[in-house]
Amino acid sequence: MSSMTPFLVFFLGAILVALTKGRLQSMVLLAIPVVGALNLYYLPADMTGGTMMFSYTLSWLRIDKLSILFGYLFHLAAFIGIIFSLNLRDTTQHVSGVLYAGSALGAVFAGDLITLFVFWELLAVTSVFLILARRTEKSQQAAMRYLIIQITSGLILLAGVLLRVHETGSIAFGHIGLSGLSSWLIFIAFGIKCAFPFLHNWLTDAYPEATPSGTVFLSSFTTKVAVFSLARCFAGEEILIYIGAVMAMFPIYFAVIENDLRRVLAYSLINQIGFMVVGIGIGTALAVNGAVAHAFNDVVFKGLLMMSMGAVLYRTGTMKGSELGGLYKSMPKTATFCIVGAASISAFPLFSGFVSKSMVMVAALDEGYPIVWLALLFASAGVFHHAGIKIPFFAFFAHDSGIRVKEAPRNMLIAMGLAAVICIFNGSYPWVLYSMLPFPVDYAPYTMAHVLTQSQLLFFSALAFCMLKLYNLYPPELRGINIDVEWAYRWLLPRATKGFVTLFAPIDQACRALAVRRIEVLIARLYRHHGPHGVLAKSWPTGSTALWVAIVLGGLLLVYYF
Amino acid sequence: MITEHFPALQIVIPLIAAPLCILLRWRNVPFGIALVATWSAFIISCLLLGQVMDQGIISYELGGWAAPWGIEYRIDAANAMVLLIVSGIGSVVVPYTRNSMLLEYIHERHYMFYSAYLLCLTGLMGVAITGDAFNLFVFLEISSLSSYVLISLGFDRRALTAAYQYLVLGTIGATFIVIGIGLLYHATGSLNMLDISQRLEINGYDRTVVAAFAFITVGTLLKLALFPLHLWLPDAYTYAPSSVSAFLAATATKVAVYVLLRFFFTIFGAEFSFETLPSGPPLMALAIIAMFTGSFVAIFQENIKRMLAYSSVAQIGYMILGVSLVTVNGVAATVLHLFNHALIKGGLFLAMGCIYFRISSHHIDNFAGLGRRMPLTMAAFVVGGLSLIGVPLTAGFISKWQFVLAALDRDLWWVAALLMMSSLLAVVYVWRVVEQAYFRSPPAGSEAVTEAPTSLLIPTWVLVGANIYFGIETELPLTVSRMAARALLGTQ
Repeated sequence: MSSMTPFLVFFLGAILVALTKGRLQSMVLLAIPVVGALNLYYLPADMTGGTMMFSYTLSWLRIDKLSILFGYLFHLAAFIGIIFSLNLRDTTQHVSGVLYAGSALGAVFAGDLITLFVFWELLAVTSVFLILARRTEKSQQAAMRYLIIQITSGLILLAGVLLRVHETGSIAFGHIGLSGLSSWLIFIAFGIKCAFPFLHNWLTDAYPEATPSGTVFLSSFTTKVAVFSLARCFAGEEILIYIGAVMAMFPIYFAVIENDLRRVLAYSLINQIGFMVVGIGIGTALAVNGAVAHAFNDVVFKGLLMMSMGAVLYRTGTMKGSELGGLYKSMPKTATFCIVGAASISAFPLFSGFVSKSMVMVAALDEGYPIVWLALLFASAGVFHHAGIKIPFFAFFAHDSGIRVKEAPRNMLIAMGLAAVICIFNGSYPWVLYSMLPFPVDYAPYTMAHVLTQSQLLFFSALAFCMLKLYNLYPPELRGINIDVEWAYRWLLPRATKGFVTLFAPIDQACRALAVRRIEVLIARLYRHHGPHGVLAKSWPTGSTALWVAIVLGGLLLVYYF
Repeated sequence: MITEHFPALQIVIPLIAAPLCILLRWRNVPFGIALVATWSAFIISCLLLGQVMDQGIISYELGGWAAPWGIEYRIDAANAMVLLIVSGIGSVVVPYTRNSMLLEYIHERHYMFYSAYLLCLTGLMGVAITGDAFNLFVFLEISSLSSYVLISLGFDRRALTAAYQYLVLGTIGATFIVIGIGLLYHATGSLNMLDISQRLEINGYDRTVVAAFAFITVGTLLKLALFPLHLWLPDAYTYAPSSVSAFLAATATKVAVYVLLRFFFTIFGAEFSFETLPSGPPLMALAIIAMFTGSFVAIFQENIKRMLAYSSVAQIGYMILGVSLVTVNGVAATVLHLFNHALIKGGLFLAMGCIYFRISSHHIDNFAGLGRRMPLTMAAFVVGGLSLIGVPLTAGFISKWQFVLAALDRDLWWVAALLMMSSLLAVVYVWRVVEQAYFRSPPAGSEAVTEAPTSLLIPTWVLVGANIYFGIETELPLTVSRMAARALLGTQ
């Protein structure tokens, strides 16, 4: 059997998808990740692929344990995403989804920085259609912003790579480490795609505006490619530990006050990436294993949560927490799957989040970062509140919104079921996952101490939630509740955080408003001069253009003679 | 051997074909003549390029008169490349003209169009091939006069004013160039480029030479439309017929850039042009302003054809930026971009013509929903646009890469950063069109629009396909542009 580079399966498949319709198209779609995974399985370990470009040898196939793991992960994510979107009759979305997954595969198997850059840009260009395909005014604008930021990230990467080539003459995609301008540029480029604090806005801006299935794809690939690249190039950089800790904490505030449930999930996506970034920053075998394992689990359970919300959006047409509620009666299966996802992301024992998140936390404690460990502990509690409770509670329980819809379509249920099974399997029998990690695993997740710590954390959080629910802020009549409920959530967090939110939010808003106003003024000024009737764009009378010629000649003569 | 006479044939074939079009004006005969003439010019230029790459510089004495007195055609990698661009685009566009409404519009006088077209081609190739400064001016006038005629054929009545303005400004430019050449003749007593440069080195550079340099620089900058001397360009490209816009946008300014390179580096010499006289900084400043102003104006344009014209202004900024670096890498990037930008803009203007053929408008509002109605045309536009932005796997990326490397080579980080930023602006203006075409539904009650005819699509896709081909197979343009830069700068 002849093998080919993994991304090629998807790119060729995308052409077939574009050419087919109906049932045949569905079969082609399903076949792509299956064929791809088989291809990956039979890929000879010593196979390489490459080409010459300029005077460099580009290699688009480099196989090691890290890329193989991400390779399988992306095949799995694509498979689940494709099943979830099967009922769609939108070839644009199917094609761009497949191309997007293929670009992610291309990036993880890239053997050099130029190949990485090519796929880095392709990730941006192919994925933007998943947002555009929602076809609303809001989504068009979000897509434009998304594209610009993603391309900027690519340009910064290119600048970094060029500088690096200039400095060292090497385009190797290996450990780089932070030293000098070129490595910082590459680091920032990764950071944008990885949603580092202050560089994260594209994610929470664009993901909730994508189509129901588009968000499932989006949440699986872009950020994970960035995590992968960080693990390749910057493992063990201490600054990542602190960046990761901030990433794990700050989204909690926003997630708690957010009403759009998919935006809540987008914030919690950043929070989960924070754990991975901390793991990469610590850089020990255990920590990197934990980061990578968590990336694997996160793709599955975040995908599951995104799918359950996507199904709700598909059936009800809204994603506002304040308008939903009581859906467990009409969508019981979706509700069940959502709870499995919520349990996994909250790291309940026996669910997948538990076996990977704790690796990172133990590593933080082992390597002497107790404060980071506390931050992560706090972040875990926060996750449980906004993703573990808020998402299922608002969508499926809370007050009955009166919405009566059908259960999600069968293909969506199958996709969610598959993801839920993987969540539970990885959580209860983690050794398959562990065996695929880049370093040998010497870690037992189910010790008494781990289980007890995590259970205490979860149960006390749940207790706090129930106490608040019993004693205050939940008027029994549940009229105009939504704001109240949100306030309850803000109270749920330690009081200090409330102070932080009230202090921080106005400053944050003022800064944003100022920035927006500045940009508007800038654009207006640009328009005045560059717009169709501006001085720089209108047709000039011949006489004054001739005058310009004279001015330039005079100027040049002046410069030359003196 | 016939191969010896290729340099003469390159010019003579289209030159003779032009009057033949008028003499044999029956039905499709002029079209056939133009087709044969352009394609044979293309084949000859390919062969010439091959010869130059194998054997080095070709020198051909016209009519057997020896060099400083007779006219010499002198071909190195730089003009071989320009000849290839001009004849290549010229031959792809000819089949396109046949069905692009232009001929119906000018009724039975279409033979005149082909005659003017061939003259323009002759002029542009003549400028590129000749080694004689005055001969260069003559060919420049031939190409300019015929291009005024071609532009004035546009469907919009504003084409006439656009052509008139181009005529006035083009004449000023040409006059400046001939004044410069006259001053050079005064200073050196020679018109042969090589001879001038050798005599200048012996006689020294006096004030007359400086004045000659200034006049030639400004005249050429006017012809190549560097900001702020670009004012003739947007109107001319917007109102000219589609096929003419594509042909001129891809060739005319490129040839003018070549003239600048030839004068700066071969005749005056890099040392005089950039060290004795401080030409580098003002050129670089104007180039950067052009990159940004052109792009910003393009972003706000509602007429898409005009948007492409302003994007050309920005792209000329890139080319001049490469020149102003005065390194082999910089000049090589410029020569490479001459080639790649010809493919990009040629393809985009042809796609624009396909759209105009169906919707008779260039306004962005009328692009709504075209993605579904004219899928092949819009796909061509998107690929061309991606190449314009400089997305990997397209020709534009190779150019961008070379420009950035050239800037970094001179340790000009900020220039590299500006290059990157301005390519972001291209994302914005290309994306506006993509969004309008693919994600807006056509206005209610609009007429049904179908795909453009195959006779228009094939030339469009040939150029657009070349963008992808030369984005992957980079060997040929990179080698030739490097050879050209070395030949111009006189380094080995």
